[in-house]
Amino acid sequence: MSSYNLKEVMNKPERLAPGHRMCAGCGATIGVRAVLRALHEGDYAVIGNATGCLEVSSFMYPYTAWEDSYIHNAFENAGATLSGVETAYKALKKRGRLPEDAEFKFITFGGDGGTYDIGFQSLSGAMERGHDMVYVCYDNGAYMNTGIQRSSATPRFADTTTTPVGTESDGKLQSRKDLASIIADHYVPYVAQTTLTRDFKDIHLKAEKAIYTKGAAFLNIMTPCPRGWRYETEDVMKICKLAVDTCYWPLYEVEDGKWVLTYEPKKKLPIEDFLREQGRFKHLFKPGNEHLLAQFQEEVDKRWEDLQYKCSR
Amino acid sequence: MAKRDRMSGNEAVAYAIKQINPDVMPAFPITPSTEIPQMVSTFIANGEIDTEFIPVESEHSSMSAAIGSEAAGARTLTATSSCGLAFMWEELLVAASNRMPIALALVNRTLSGPININCDHSDSMGARDTGWIQIYAESNQEAYDNFIQAYPIAEDPRVHLPIMICQDGFITSHAVMNIELLEDKEVKDFVGTYQPEEFLLNPGKPMAVGPYSVSNYAMEARYNQEAAMEASKDVIIEVAKKYKELSGRGFELFEEYRTEDADYIMLIIGSAAGTAKQAVDDLRDKGIKAGVLKLRVFRPFPADEIAAALSNCKAVAIMDRTESYNGHGGPLASEVTAGLYRNKVMIDTMCYTYGLAGRDFTVDTVYGIFDELKDIVENGAEYKQHRYVGLRSK
Repeated sequence: MSSYNLKEVMNKPERLAPGHRMCAGCGATIGVRAVLRALHEGDYAVIGNATGCLEVSSFMYPYTAWEDSYIHNAFENAGATLSGVETAYKALKKRGRLPEDAEFKFITFGGDGGTYDIGFQSLSGAMERGHDMVYVCYDNGAYMNTGIQRSSATPRFADTTTTPVGTESDGKLQSRKDLASIIADHYVPYVAQTTLTRDFKDIHLKAEKAIYTKGAAFLNIMTPCPRGWRYETEDVMKICKLAVDTCYWPLYEVEDGKWVLTYEPKKKLPIEDFLREQGRFKHLFKPGNEHLLAQFQEEVDKRWEDLQYKCSR
Repeated sequence: MAKRDRMSGNEAVAYAIKQINPDVMPAFPITPSTEIPQMVSTFIANGEIDTEFIPVESEHSSMSAAIGSEAAGARTLTATSSCGLAFMWEELLVAASNRMPIALALVNRTLSGPININCDHSDSMGARDTGWIQIYAESNQEAYDNFIQAYPIAEDPRVHLPIMICQDGFITSHAVMNIELLEDKEVKDFVGTYQPEEFLLNPGKPMAVGPYSVSNYAMEARYNQEAAMEASKDVIIEVAKKYKELSGRGFELFEEYRTEDADYIMLIIGSAAGTAKQAVDDLRDKGIKAGVLKLRVFRPFPADEIAAALSNCKAVAIMDRTESYNGHGGPLASEVTAGLYRNKVMIDTMCYTYGLAGRDFTVDTVYGIFDELKDIVENGAEYKQHRYVGLRSK
């Protein structure tokens, strides 16, 4: 893998053209561009996409923002669809129907709805079969495209349109599914969890490893959503930093079964620092709800401890 | 040089696949089509073909992967039955809308529930409005012949639509009969190599598939599908003519059996046509002018051609091996009667539902149906327009 030079990386030609219709302050678009920057120049790619904000905003007929070949099929089958594309590549290459020097990479994007939930089976199947592809989940923790409904990636107590906060409700009752860990348990060659950091080094290196590791790889990228999380658009990077420094969203990778923390905060911040920035957790700061904050902190601590244990082996 | 062999319908289709040696086959097992992916896997395991097989985790994924593969530029097929086809339903529409000439070997089996593994046409008839060409076989021979014709029809630039080659579960798929096979080279030359104009893996010429399409554009996409479906009728006939030159076996949109002077015609799809033909022979011996119209191509639907073929008879029995739950007949009945009316062919029609979930369909049942047609025409008898035949009790 190449050494990281921010300026050099940022000067690479964009593979997601401007002019798409994603929101200002959307983490998904920033994440997608970061992943695509990890493609080596000269390599071709076929990009897959589950139905979601990203798809409907980037490929609205007759316009496409994608510089590479691109396929959207449906909501729940981005894994299976790209596994078909990747297999076709093997078949055509084997039969001499593609130029010898044409090197293609296969990357598919899905939101947490299309990945954790409705597309979970398709993802699991594609990973288990070991297609040479990267599945990238842009995890914004709810079905944002249909109007902020809860998903199994939604954190506990979040106010969503199907777990609304009310006199009888504190928001979502259940805690989040840990998808990166579940995919790691598929024993694929590479799994990583990342988000948007100031220098984009973590996401770049992980995307590059994922793309250039032979076999199935999975990237889980926390990508905040200003509409669903209710933050000021310019705060997207700040929110990502707080997610990492509170250990709500730890950065790690699992390479050939070996778990490695790629960042450890010098000082683990209290979870309130992450939650306070977001309208979806506003109710947790009302007097009398201190116990909910305590529960949230307890869960973050437990998950962080589990992760540290996995990484210590 | 043709050769003869004994084969089940599944073996015959698997053999056709072997001769075509397609690029990619994603598939998931489901009775009674399971043997097809099994046999293809065995051909691959023994180095007889080099198709890439994807052992997907569901039929939804087999059609999803087929769409990805076909869009990427690879000739792709899959096989399924019953609930497998139902599970693909969303993707059947996407395949057709994306104009992917995927071939699907369908072994007809009833849909659940109750769960039952035997033949009827509820699976493919349920998918009749998904934009796929549908061709049905009476026998193992026809299942083989139709499959060889699948890609030349689907990949024709005038068509570019997915195609479903249907045969009856167990009755055709598992029963063994003598069939005539083409030489490998003859098949390869007939089917040719797939060379799409646009595909995902075209280096330096990227393509985007599956857009979000607003109301200003989406309707034209649907219209173009319909236009292609209409155009496919001529292509199906052209391909059949070329196939006859190669094999000596001729095909049309439908087969007319002893209909030239028939007063009474049974219109039927699939293996049950064999039973109907036997009964017609018996009735002819007794001086009753009976005939069979066996529909081969259900999509595109040859409404005008059927109306013309029925215009000289007095009554027709339209046989549906599925139910529409609409209170007045199955899909074939609805479409045929609409076609007759539009062509002003005002003959008597009766709509029968038969053979659901593998219920036997016998020559005795056919005699009874022709008796009813005769009774209507000669005596003005009135029967309920939509009836079940072969029920345990009335």
